[in-house]
Formats: sequence, structure tokens, C-alpha cells
Amino acid sequence: MAIALRVTANRPKTGVLPWRRILARLASGVIVLWAAVTIAFFTLQAIPGDIADILAGEQTYPGLKEAITAEWGLDESVWQQYLAFLGRLVTGDLGTSYVQRQPVADLLAAQVWSTVELAVVAGVVGAVLAVVLAVVSIGRTRVVRSAISTLELVFTSVPTFWVGILLLMVFSFQWRLFPVAGANGWQSLVLPVITLALPTAGFLAQVIRESMERTLTEPFIVTVRARGVSESLVLLRHALGHALLPVMTLVGGIIGALLGGAVITETVFGRPGIGTITLNAVTGKDIPVVIAVVLFAALIYVVVSTVLDILYTIVDPRLRAQR
Amino acid sequence: MTDLLEKRDTDAAPALSTPVASPPRKKRRLAPSVTFAGIFVAVLLVAVIVPQLFTSVDPFKTVPTDGLKAPSAEHWFGTDRLGRDIFARVIHGARYSILIGLSATAIAVIAGSIFGLVAGLSGRLIPGRLGLLVDETFGRLFDVISSFPGVLLAMVVVTFAGPGVQNIAVAIGIASIPMYGRVVRSQTLLVTRADFVTHAAVYGRSRARVVVEHVLPNVLVAIPVLAAIDVGASILAVSGLSFLGLGPQAPIPEWGVMLAESRDVLRIAWWGGFFPGLFITASVIALTVLGRALQRHIDGRNV
Repeated sequence: MAIALRVTANRPKTGVLPWRRILARLASGVIVLWAAVTIAFFTLQAIPGDIADILAGEQTYPGLKEAITAEWGLDESVWQQYLAFLGRLVTGDLGTSYVQRQPVADLLAAQVWSTVELAVVAGVVGAVLAVVLAVVSIGRTRVVRSAISTLELVFTSVPTFWVGILLLMVFSFQWRLFPVAGANGWQSLVLPVITLALPTAGFLAQVIRESMERTLTEPFIVTVRARGVSESLVLLRHALGHALLPVMTLVGGIIGALLGGAVITETVFGRPGIGTITLNAVTGKDIPVVIAVVLFAALIYVVVSTVLDILYTIVDPRLRAQR
Repeated sequence: MTDLLEKRDTDAAPALSTPVASPPRKKRRLAPSVTFAGIFVAVLLVAVIVPQLFTSVDPFKTVPTDGLKAPSAEHWFGTDRLGRDIFARVIHGARYSILIGLSATAIAVIAGSIFGLVAGLSGRLIPGRLGLLVDETFGRLFDVISSFPGVLLAMVVVTFAGPGVQNIAVAIGIASIPMYGRVVRSQTLLVTRADFVTHAAVYGRSRARVVVEHVLPNVLVAIPVLAAIDVGASILAVSGLSFLGLGPQAPIPEWGVMLAESRDVLRIAWWGGFFPGLFITASVIALTVLGRALQRHIDGRNV
């Protein structure tokens, strides 16, 4: 066994894509997804109150609850319902919303792009802002550094919804530059993006600067400087490039935070999206929708962290040699 | 190549395992930011315990004729739509916002420590596969919990349990369990390998006694710093969920609830949303500054 392993390790050509690692990651990803929906399913099954009551809504007449119970298969045992639920999930059927009476997949598909647009643009803006803050503050006087780190602290401490409200007050009510609510065109994206980007920027800037400072003490930086490379090029090309590697491991968490922040941001700005759907589902106890959102969030996390993990081994040759 | 690998290894292992001769300790004066943060937090805590010290106005009393008054000498932070004094509401709101944040952190610390200890110890104490299985199960549980954005996870918990003060604390607390659980687990593994634990066992101490007297205290030292830094994030999360209407309900002067109430009249009354948000931000900043100062202090002592 040991010999066989060594033989594979000695063949460099197979090493670019770490297949064993990918397979292992995929398997554990599937387990995480399964565990997430299972926990969500059983927790929400145990919800106080009768699901038939939620379905009936305001209406009451004799026989209604019984009819609903039969129609939605609520009279079967929990295990039967669970197996049926898993079976539907495998075929890609997310079930039907209790409140909207539409397929959950359609509901999500109609709104998902609004949220993705917001989260992606905010993520990019946040990352760029973070790099700017980190690079500008490195190697400066104490006053500049502490001013910038105070700014970052404020960015990470300020509640998203408060930033949103302040921006609305100034830019929408006072100066009438941007629309108050909705999702039409780029103007309606500006304020939500700023709102969502600030905490990301504050958090990332701290991490990137710390990582850059560590990189700047490495021997290869001395070599680069000895070759007469200008200081700004040292910072931007060499230190920043290396410093961004460890940041990659945080991207999964950052995307999760953007998604969570999007829920609040969408509420403040009255934007349609996954956040609004989730909030309505939570207040209306619309269990199939809640489970679908759980699955969606876990899926994003699993896919992103798997892809990053693989990218990481490709980008950083030190990890490949270790395998 | 080899030294690059070694470099990475030292990066991965925390500095805990490499005892370095401690440099002579310098008496450092507290930075002004830390002093300021400390005073602010102290004032907040007083407001949590005896809000009447700062204001004699009833935060629930509505005066319909005084609706939406701008900040003045009489109403420092103005009044809301129902004519309630916003300063009084902000001061009384500290109790809800701060206490729910603290309870969420406490829940996460307690549950995370127990899970982490059980995971770490079962890997060592339960022989064979079973111990590893228990350890692995907790590891997966932490993975599943942390695969969700905290806000979403809390929303799922609220779907199940309904909105409310206690439920929101539990919901936010659950999201932080993996952080404490992982640290406690790895710390447990580290401590149980240490020589003094072996010595205690060799001296004939019972397992339970070794765990309680030697392992536990050395594992739990890692918690306060983590918790101190996390409290701010908890308060932020609590106010966010309250803003969404999933926490304490309307007449309660929780800061997030106040912000949500102020949204309808934002156009004509900026003060209703401004001051509660300012207090959330200031509290989170102050607690973070204190947490980091504590971290620096403890790191400086260990290294």
C-alpha cells in the first residue's frame, strides 16, 4: 500500500487536479447537505401547532382540516413523510409552498437573481474596498494606520439596517439621488450594495493587512527588493498576491455573511429576493420554503468551499507537494 | 522547499505548543480608546441594571399630542410617533439589546464548551472506534451549523420556536456554538497530551478527578477572550433579527425594534432611527475594543 502510494505521488502529471481530495470533499459535502435538510425537516415537523392549521389559514369549516391533512399527506407517519420528502428532493422537486400554493422551486427561481446580483456586486465592491484600505494603510504613519483601522472597526460594528436607513435618509429623502425602494435598474442597486459591502470591506481589510504584514517579513520579499523592484510594485504584485492566498479560505464564510446580510438589506430597501421570501416564509411558517432556503444556503456553502479548497491546492504548490 | 513546508507547519499549529521564555513585562498604560470603551460599557451596564438613574421618564408612556417632536432640551433624542421619549426608550432598551446579546453568547459558550469537551475527551477516553465516532459526529455537527449564515440559521430556529426574547437568544447562540466547540475540542486534545496530565494519572488520580482538576481549567482559559470578542457580534445579530420583527415585539424598546418602528416616519423624523442605531454601533465598537485589549493582554502574558 505504502509503495503504491509513493508511486502515484512520484507521477507529477496526475497531480494537477487532486481527484481523491475532490471526491472526499464532494462526499462530505453531500453528507452536510443531507444532515442540514434532515435536521431542518425534523425540527420543523415538531413545530408547535398543527400544519393543517397553517394551511387552512383564515378559513374554517367542518371537514376542511381533514381534507387538507389527506391532500398534503400529513396523516402519514413522520418517517413516511421524511422518505417521501427525500425522494422528491432527489428528483429535484422542492415541494409546494403552504402559503403561496406554488412550487417552491418556481418561487425561488423567480427571486434568486435579484439576491445573487446584490450579493455578487456587494462582494466585489467590498473586496476592492478592502484591498484599497489594506494597501493604503500599510507602511504608513501611525496616525494614518489608526485612522484606517478605526474606519474598519466602524464598518464591522455598524448594523447593516442602520447604514441602509442612514443612506436612505441622505441620498433618497434629502437629495433624491436614488430610489427609495424596488429593484429597477442600477440606481436602485447603489445604496443596497454600499450597505452590504461595508461590513465585508471592514472585515476583509483587517485580514488582508495582517496577511500582507506577515508576507512582507518573508525572505522572498527581501530578494524582490534587492532586485531593485519599486516599493509599490513589491506591495501590489508580490505581497498582495501572496497575502490573498490565505484569504481564499474565508470566502465561503464571507459569501454566507453576504447572503445573511442580503436578508436584512432587502428588507430595508424593499427589494424582492431570497431574503424577502425567507422572511415571509418564517413569519408565515411556510415550512417547505424554509427548508428549500436552508438547502440553498447549505448548497452554496458546500459548493463554494469545495471549489475553493481545490483551487487552493492548484494555486499553492506547497499543498500539492504535501498530499 | 523544505523550509517553506516547515513554515506552513508552524503557521498551522498555534503558538501554545511552543513555550518561549517570557520577556520582562512592561507596565503598559491603557490606550485612550480602551479607557473610553471601558467607561462606555460601564455606563451601559448601569443602564441595564438601573435605567432609572439616567431618566425618570416612562419609556412606554404615550403622549399623543407630543408625537414626532425633534430633539430638544425637554426630549434629548426627540419623541416617536406615539409621543414616547426616545432617550428614555434608548436607555431602557439597553436592558433588552445588551442582555439578549450576553445570553446568546452565554448559551453558545456553555453548549460549545460541553460539546467540545465531550468530543475531545471521547476521542481519548473511549477506547476504539466508538470514541472516534463520537468525536467525528460532533465535528460534522459543527460543520453543518457553520454551513449556514447566522441570520438564516436564527430565522429557522424562530420559525420553529416563534419570535420572542428567549428564542432569539437561543437562535443567535446556536450559530456560535461551532466556534467555541472547535476551540474547546482542540484545546482538550492539546491539554490531555500534556505531561502534567500524564503525571496526574500516574500518581493514581481517578479519571474524573484528572478531568475536573487538570484538564477543565486549562481548557477553559481559552474561552473568555473568544467570548469577549463575540459579544459584540451577538448584539449586532440580535438587533438585526429584532429589526426583522423576529425578536422582542413592538412596545418593547429594544434598539432593533425601535429602528424598525422608525422606518415609516423616516422622511419626517430622522431622530427615531438615528439614536438607537448609534447606540448599537457604539456598544459593538466599545465591546470589540475591550475584547481585543483583553486578547492582547492575554497573548502578551502567554508568549
